[in-house]
Amino acid sequence: MSGIEQWLVDHKIPVGKWGESFFDFLIDNFAGFFDAITDGGTFLIDGTVDMLLFVPSIVLIIMITGLAQYLQRTWKLSLFVFLSLLFIVNLGYWTETIESLVLVVYATVVCMITGVPIGIAAAHRPWLYSLLRPVLDLLQTIPTFVYLIPAMTLFGLGMVPALVATVIFAVAAPVRLTHLGVSSVPKPLIEAAESFGATKKQLLWKVEIPYALPTIMAGVTQCIMLSLSMVVIGALVGASGLGKPVVRALNSRQIDMGIEAGLAIVVVAILLDRLCKQRNAPVDGA
Amino acid sequence: MTAVEFKNVDIVFGDNQQEAIPMVDAGKTREEILEKTGCVLGVADGSIKIEEGEICVLMGLSGSGKSTLLRAVNGLNKVTRGEVLVRDGDDLVDVASCDAKTLRHMRMERVSMVFQQFALLPWRTVSENVGLGLELKGMPKAEREAIVEQKLKMVSLDQWKDKYAHELSGGMQQRVGLARAFATDADILLMDEPFSALDPLIRDHLQDELLELQRNLKKTIVFVSHDLDEALKIGTHIAIMEGGRIVQYGEPEEIVLNPANEYVAEFVAHMNPLNVLRCASLMTPVSDLRKDGERIILDKYDAFKVALDSKGAVQKVTFEDKEELPVFSFGADHSLDDIPDCNIVTASPEITMKRAIELRQSTGNPVLLSEEGVLVGVVGDEEIYQGILRQSSIADAAE
Repeated sequence: MSGIEQWLVDHKIPVGKWGESFFDFLIDNFAGFFDAITDGGTFLIDGTVDMLLFVPSIVLIIMITGLAQYLQRTWKLSLFVFLSLLFIVNLGYWTETIESLVLVVYATVVCMITGVPIGIAAAHRPWLYSLLRPVLDLLQTIPTFVYLIPAMTLFGLGMVPALVATVIFAVAAPVRLTHLGVSSVPKPLIEAAESFGATKKQLLWKVEIPYALPTIMAGVTQCIMLSLSMVVIGALVGASGLGKPVVRALNSRQIDMGIEAGLAIVVVAILLDRLCKQRNAPVDGA
Repeated sequence: MTAVEFKNVDIVFGDNQQEAIPMVDAGKTREEILEKTGCVLGVADGSIKIEEGEICVLMGLSGSGKSTLLRAVNGLNKVTRGEVLVRDGDDLVDVASCDAKTLRHMRMERVSMVFQQFALLPWRTVSENVGLGLELKGMPKAEREAIVEQKLKMVSLDQWKDKYAHELSGGMQQRVGLARAFATDADILLMDEPFSALDPLIRDHLQDELLELQRNLKKTIVFVSHDLDEALKIGTHIAIMEGGRIVQYGEPEEIVLNPANEYVAEFVAHMNPLNVLRCASLMTPVSDLRKDGERIILDKYDAFKVALDSKGAVQKVTFEDKEELPVFSFGADHSLDDIPDCNIVTASPEITMKRAIELRQSTGNPVLLSEEGVLVGVVGDEEIYQGILRQSSIADAAE
């Protein structure tokens, strides 16, 4: 028995090495490409953060409250948004909150831009979805920390590797939900449009996307929440934001800082969730 | 002029069509083909010619292939073999083999469709739904609105144009479906069990509305139904389908009087004959009536007697040899209220059994049938009873 075990140990399959040499290959050959992404991304994210921080916090809070009122039209929620943002300022995490929010928004935008077309393509091609499904499962089951290592190798330290890791982690949600929405369009609706001579493109824009919209929007919400959870972990590769005080508190065993930063994250999460909730229940298809 | 023609249409679903086609030719049943090849036979050797302005009803039980055949007309189902010719101006286009561009043209301009489950887009208002076909054609909004408004008026839903489809009742939703189909002004209308999802009263109402609209529109309608009463009421021609094959094709009365096989007889047994049977097939012809000298005796009690002139027209009708009854000629546009009291009525042999019973009941006298002024027969109590009994004897035979 121990002979077999010894043999197995001696003949280790160098999976890790293979992966490493793959990334080495990327760095050696495409360093310029990754650097360009890093520089562009950093410029965009930092610029946005700076711009938002340039606005006095109370003005920004009023603007966000206004947005909440516009989106959801309940004064209760707007009041809650207003008070909880004041609470964050009071805790002293306003800058970190803005940094995290910016990262979440950018990550969500990138996820939707890539995820929705992939989801639509998969809904139209069953073979593509059967290829995609194990990949999506993999993306969602690999511990999130693992993404940070290659992201850091390729994009250095800072906001961009955190953004990349976040996108990889969160993109599965919009892909899945877009696929679900588009592939559950009732056949009669498609046939009705076809019977009036709809082209594939018209079918997509006039039937499939409108029908799937509530599901796609659920994908946005999920994507935002997943991004937020990942953005915090992004602090490990040097992304600034609410994750930073958490990591610092962990390393120096500062319970008070941990509690406060954790509370700020919870507040942001609740805010985003409530803001994105759909006002109208989705209409059913029949 | 032919509007739609099916020429030896076979429709087979499944991957193994090469193997299935010879079995279809050999006349194998759907079950045999499924077992051997894994293919489902939709339609086998379907041939019908539908003239312009006709309402052709494809009728049969579920799974008989009627919807499959209908959906071949606008290419929703692919034809495995054969031709489906659809009129486009002076040409007949074979939609089974035409290219995508032609098919799209046919769908946008020539053929429109009404669906069983309405298939309205739930996130659109009624008028946006009606305008769908025009929108897909690329018609600008302002132009579209005028047409939509007019079509909604046609189905009397103009008050509802800004509601969402799901806010309407089933009957109203299907009227929206009708308006949507009318909007593109296609001459050929496909209706796939359009009224089956509605309750009987609404269904009856919509059938009447459709017939009323058709009187002015004169479209060519291919209508799928599983209900013979509906088929007989609406159809100018009926094709009865069983297991993917057309077992009988003809005018409504022909089907009722001469069911081609037991399957058809079963349908006929359960239908209501009143609106279908015409007096020409119920009446006792003049040649079979007894005579009293020159006069013809109408009933078995020798009460009613008719004297004819030299051409065979009704000259004088007497009751019990004493009283002379005034004769009223009942035309197509008369109503029962137009008949004066104590009259005997002459009518066309084309009137339905229902109309004959109404006339018999309203006058209390037998109904004389004359064609171009010549007496051809009579329908009295005896003939009416026989008409009803004949129906129930078909029912007995079918059971």
